Amino acid sequence: MEIITTRDNDIITISVEGRVDTNTSPQLQDAILKSFQKVNQVVLDFEKCAYVSSAGLRALLIGQKTANSKKGVMKLVHVPEILMSVLQVSGFINILTIE
Amino acid sequence: MKEITLKAELTRLDEVIEFLNKELEAENCSMFTILQMDIAVEELFVNIANYAYDPEEGAVTIQVVFEDDMVHVIFIDSGKPYNPWEKKDPDTTLNAEERTVGGLGIYMVKKSMNYVDYSYEDGKNILTIKKNIREDV
Repeated sequence: MEIITTRDNDIITISVEGRVDTNTSPQLQDAILKSFQKVNQVVLDFEKCAYVSSAGLRALLIGQKTANSKKGVMKLVHVPEILMSVLQVSGFINILTIE
Repeated sequence: MKEITLKAELTRLDEVIEFLNKELEAENCSMFTILQMDIAVEELFVNIANYAYDPEEGAVTIQVVFEDDMVHVIFIDSGKPYNPWEKKDPDTTLNAEERTVGGLGIYMVKKSMNYVDYSYEDGKNILTIKKNIREDV
């Protein structure tokens, strides 16, 4: 998994490329938490990601909780259809902000 | 039947997934089926790697069998007896504040497989998942 972080004023965009699994999800979680230390708006771009395991979902849940506690926004964009079904089964579709 | 035996540790996860995907691709499984199988197998392998032998080390054998339209994946380890299917399902209707991080993975496995089973025989945990690879559930 590769993570590219870009900042545009008060928004940080984290682009996720590859697989978010048990071994790589700590890296994503770390990137999300570090971003929320700097800004209140974090965008996660999943265009180049085709796999998120439950470990990846846990990282997203922790990110969402952090956003809520900071009264910030965490937004997922370009989520491939195949991953939407994973978010659906887990009920995360109702928890996360997805565009 | 194809099988792989390796040390139950997280660093071997990629090997497990590669082994599985090679078999699933040879059967022309859909991307969606492969995604669901990968999530399920990752979950079960990681559980075994984290808990079965802790603090000792041990091996796990993973078998893949195709029968009719079903793929069966069987995990065999000699660790502590543990039936993951008894884990309580998370409430997926809760909001982010109320949701906890536990139990989600096993729940997702149960939801995406057609059949799950557990038995403990001769000092071995035998975990089985089965999925129809010709229909998306």
